[in-house]
Amino acid sequence: MNALRRLGASLLAPVIAVVVAMIITSLVISLSGSSAGDFWSVIFSRPVDRAIVNIVNQTSLIYISALAAAIGFRMNLFNIGVEGQYTLASYAAATLAGAALFPGLLNVVLPLLLAVLVGAIWAGIAGLLKVTRGVSEVISTIMLNAIAITLVGYLLNKYGVHVGNGVRSTVIPESSRLDGWTFFEASDGPVWTLATLALLLGVGFWVLLNKTRFGFDLRATGMSQSAAVASGVNVNKMVVVSMLLSGAIAGLIWMPSFFGAAHSYGTAFQAGLGFTGIAVALLGRNQPVGIIFGAVLFAFLNEQSNRLTLETDISVNVVQITQGTIVLAVVVAYEVVRRYRTKLEQRTVAEELAGQRQPAPSERATT
Amino acid sequence: MRARQLNHLWLLISLGAILMVSAVRILTGAHGIDSIGTIRAAIIATCPILMAAIGGLWSERAGVVNIGLEGQMILGTWGAAYFTYYYGPWVGVFGAALLGAVGGLLHALATVTFGVDHIVSGVAINIIGLGASRFLAEAYFTDLEGGGIKQLTGLETPTRVTIPGISDGAEYLADKHWFLVSDLASLVGAMTTDLSLFTVLVAALVIASAWILWRSTFGLRLRSCGENPAAAESLGVNVYRYKYAAVVVSGAMAGIGGGFLALVSSSGFTTGQTNGRGFIGLAAMIFGNWRPGGTTAGALLFGYTDSLQLRDSTSVHALLLIVGIGLVALALWRLRQGKTTTAIVMGALGVAFLVWFLTTDSVPKEFAGMTPYIATLLVLALAAQRLRMPAADGLRYRRGQSI
Repeated sequence: MNALRRLGASLLAPVIAVVVAMIITSLVISLSGSSAGDFWSVIFSRPVDRAIVNIVNQTSLIYISALAAAIGFRMNLFNIGVEGQYTLASYAAATLAGAALFPGLLNVVLPLLLAVLVGAIWAGIAGLLKVTRGVSEVISTIMLNAIAITLVGYLLNKYGVHVGNGVRSTVIPESSRLDGWTFFEASDGPVWTLATLALLLGVGFWVLLNKTRFGFDLRATGMSQSAAVASGVNVNKMVVVSMLLSGAIAGLIWMPSFFGAAHSYGTAFQAGLGFTGIAVALLGRNQPVGIIFGAVLFAFLNEQSNRLTLETDISVNVVQITQGTIVLAVVVAYEVVRRYRTKLEQRTVAEELAGQRQPAPSERATT
Repeated sequence: MRARQLNHLWLLISLGAILMVSAVRILTGAHGIDSIGTIRAAIIATCPILMAAIGGLWSERAGVVNIGLEGQMILGTWGAAYFTYYYGPWVGVFGAALLGAVGGLLHALATVTFGVDHIVSGVAINIIGLGASRFLAEAYFTDLEGGGIKQLTGLETPTRVTIPGISDGAEYLADKHWFLVSDLASLVGAMTTDLSLFTVLVAALVIASAWILWRSTFGLRLRSCGENPAAAESLGVNVYRYKYAAVVVSGAMAGIGGGFLALVSSSGFTTGQTNGRGFIGLAAMIFGNWRPGGTTAGALLFGYTDSLQLRDSTSVHALLLIVGIGLVALALWRLRQGKTTTAIVMGALGVAFLVWFLTTDSVPKEFAGMTPYIATLLVLALAAQRLRMPAADGLRYRRGQSI
């Protein structure tokens, strides 16, 4: 009963949030002179096969990105630099894989490791600056984002292959491609092999956080730094290690798409996933399971909104308003529900105390 | 007394900087590093960043971290475009402030009334701001003259003024390339030639903000909310109301920064034209230790390097020499203070820059774009211990609760 009530309470806030976001989105659409009904009927229609494949693939990318952000958030670290970390890592991995120095699968595994390493180093700089020099990780990662994106732009321009107006890294050999599994027609495209990486990382994240000493220390530090210090946690070490881990995961964000479809770093590179990940991590309360829902929701909205242009006169961009509103509404709803429950508890306790005014000591022991 | 000493120090540092730039200019012949055109471009690049930074200052001084500056700025670009199209540029500036203030109000509602985590709310506002500006552009600008689903160009710009006698004189002197004289003439020239009145407004807003926050009773109370809200409340300050005011003004300032982008920096509105400047403004504010003077200096640094990368490559190359000399000078200063380790690190970096300057002829322009970010990282790494943010910045405040 208690567990059921707790489940109900934890679902209450997200449900309220989604409803509020729907109302606000409808209002915005109506105010701009279009029909909100059209919008929802497009969004809630069954996705075509091709869209389902895209949703699964995009979910995996967003999920990895959200995990990277979440590991920082659980430590009260705001790694806003996921964007820069995966940009730099993706470029490094694409270059190594494109060079085809190793045969077959080795040419997949080593670039993946390089991506992890580059992401970790780039995030590690921010971690080190924080513990040795007291630099806020919010600012240092914003700076590192800008540096990484400029650096990659420069390197790509200088060493990339110029094709027409675009520029890209060398395309990887056939033997290193991991297209994935086709569930529908071949024209609907495959679900990328490395999308499974998201699942593995999710399980790993859960085990690390809930079943290891490190995870316990991490959560403890996030909840109360002073308490963690008192129980012997080396906070500085935790900061550096969690930044390294966050960056390592961030390094992998684009890899499923790279080995599955893009095959080179260039116009196919998907920027902005780092910021989406932050929003999804917050939406999923930094829990590996919660983030799944967030990632699916975001990928679903993104994919379904593509149909708006063809079928309605509503701008695709309205979906961003919906997404932002959901993020904001979820946290507000959690807060409102929490306050309501506190008030309810206070009232219950007050009533109980009023009901059993001055019970005999023996009586109290039995109840 | 201490304040006067501090002013003295700032004056000396500024003078030293001008002397150094002047010397480098003569040495390298890179007259572009402080030509009238460069300084003009630098001022134009500085203004949006500065407005975002001042917006951040308002909000964080009242204890609310405003990472939503970027979103509020984006809303400002749309507001400026819409109102300028129908009512002229000055109503456009007002529109930018209004739209930015709406973003601020949303942030205040979430963080003050509902006590939501400031970062979460800010991230959400950035998403909403970007989405809303794109959505509104598509809904309102598509059918306008000069408009499209992503832009509205050909907007009327705020009046530009040139002060006849001074402008010509300064230009004449600046073209002589004399030591020190021409550099000062460039400064004067940039401020008297084709100067947008919007730039003057930005300067006025910065000065007004500094005065209100540090010299008025209202400002004292507002800052007390950022330092110790419980104590402020006990003295009769309505903390919620002050926080609301601060965050709404913060949004309006960021919005005006966005308006500057749309009306002065470029010839109209394009979606996503803020391009992370809200975040840079936040960085400039932290760089400036949550104070107006330092914040302005930080914004100028970002603005200058931002504009320099668009200009000739010899100037960018000369920048290496300036950075090198600056770092060595700082190293010597630290050495005098007895901070040997930082002095060695800085000195080594400085020498590295000098070697880089001497062994190359040009620098890829991307590297100039990186300079402000690397400089900020360096400054923070070497001086972060001296930075102090408002004591209750980013913390949730509930009336009547201790935490």
